[in-house]
Amino acid sequence: MTAETLATNAPVLDLDPFSDDFLTDPYDAHEQMREAGPVFWLERYGVYGVARHDEVSRVLTDHETFVSSRGVGISDFAKEKPWRPPSLLLEADPPQHTKARQVVTKILTVKLLRSLKDGFQAHADELVARVAAQGGVIDGVHDLAEPYPLAVFPDFIGLAKDGRENLLPYGSMVFNTFGPRNGHFERALERGAAAQGWIMEQCRPGSPASEGLGAQIHAAAAQAGFNEEDQAKLLRSFLSAGVDTTVHGIGNALQCLAENPEQFAALRDDPSLARAAFEETVRYSSPVQTFFRTTSKDTEVSGVALPEGSKVLMFLAAANRDPRQWESPAAFDIQRKAAGHVGFGFGIHACLGQMLARLEGECFLTALARHVSRIELAGQPKQQLNNTLRGLDSLPLHLTAA
Amino acid sequence: MPKVTFIQPDGLQNVLDAEAETSVMRVAVSNGLPGIVAECGGSAMCATCHVYIEDGYLDGLPEMSEVEDEMLDCTASERCANSRLSCQLPVVSDLAVRLPDAQV
Ligand code: HEM
Repeated sequence: MTAETLATNAPVLDLDPFSDDFLTDPYDAHEQMREAGPVFWLERYGVYGVARHDEVSRVLTDHETFVSSRGVGISDFAKEKPWRPPSLLLEADPPQHTKARQVVTKILTVKLLRSLKDGFQAHADELVARVAAQGGVIDGVHDLAEPYPLAVFPDFIGLAKDGRENLLPYGSMVFNTFGPRNGHFERALERGAAAQGWIMEQCRPGSPASEGLGAQIHAAAAQAGFNEEDQAKLLRSFLSAGVDTTVHGIGNALQCLAENPEQFAALRDDPSLARAAFEETVRYSSPVQTFFRTTSKDTEVSGVALPEGSKVLMFLAAANRDPRQWESPAAFDIQRKAAGHVGFGFGIHACLGQMLARLEGECFLTALARHVSRIELAGQPKQQLNNTLRGLDSLPLHLTAA
Repeated sequence: MPKVTFIQPDGLQNVLDAEAETSVMRVAVSNGLPGIVAECGGSAMCATCHVYIEDGYLDGLPEMSEVEDEMLDCTASERCANSRLSCQLPVVSDLAVRLPDAQV
């Protein structure tokens, strides 16, 4: 049987999840996809899609059937040469993936993260207090969401002081290239190309500062038998996935709190809700919207047959608002139990940086609760469109210092 | 249906039914039981679903993976010989676990 005949099993949708309209406001389309069926066929791209929490979780969990080594973007590495050498983590399957992942989990431990907390909190307090004291209209993205991760993350890794402005365009490029070769993809490649040289230089063993996480990853990888090229590739995963994601998480949190003043009031009353507020942001306004898998054999999901070699697009953000899973899914509620969302993925590829991301989010929002008494929109937020990420380009805010 | 007994630090007990093969963590979370945080949702990344296995139940459990072993070195409450991460324990038969004083 060919993909064409089997596809008739699944409802056919004409939606383009990489169009500007969709990327600007995906939520009605998410609902349409969830209601179309447990699995659907996206005709424009010849890929299957899943948007309900159950099916997204199943695809994430069954990593033998739904593999990552053929790419987690729309391109099938079995048919097309990837634009960069594949990641040893994100774009790998066991047993290679297991080995690479262990190198990192051994270093990036909860203990290590705990030891960072005081320093991360001090940075957040200093930044937020300073910006809140400025008065007038500020840009939540340029003045807060971007500077904070850029103040803590590169030092933590041990990157050179010069050239850090390359981190955001590189990350943006990587996430855009998981999508089809549309305008976002092409422009991101152009802009990111300039950043690539600096990134590769930073990833080279010997390059990061000896006390940082980067050097530790290199050393542990060397000990586990990875050659220099692969040691560099392991660190590359951090530089690709570690900055744009948290910038968007913090920017989206600011927007959610500005648009839901009663939620900000709850956070002000009890700053220990900061971590939960960040978690709810990742559910409600997921920085990573989608990832693909590829079927390694003929299979079936909720009664729909998928032939070997099918690309399956997982709408993580749609699963995070599936009414089958969540009560009032479209309400931003920092006191709900958001655990169980798939904004950090799930299973063997679950986000390796999730505890670091939570730490950054928690410290930032704790600082916001401490130093800001009111946060109001001072203009229309502008989305930064990306084939994979959801985040803001600018967020005009008026802050009242506490 | 197998039953899981959760013993709070103050001694309070909850006995919950578990569908076969769901994890001990899921049983607690889906019943809204306090004392299990499970921030990462079951990916063995956060060490906030730490439990102490009660006497007599340790033997039937699956072997500990290297990752779980390392995560247990990071728990907020002291690690003991009977410490496990409840997200890594599928329920196959009756089980009793004690919850630690703190998870974060
Ligand atoms: C709010 C911030 C973040 C979000 C929403 C996020 C989201 C995700 C998601 C959804 C995945 C799963 C990919 C898949 O299943 O194919 C993932 C994987 C990954 N993330 Fe994150 N991430 C964030 C922050 C970070 C940070 C700060 C780092 C690095 C320090 C990081 C490093 C990684 C790596 C290395 C992987 C690949 C893991 C593997 O394949 O085993 N992420 N992330």
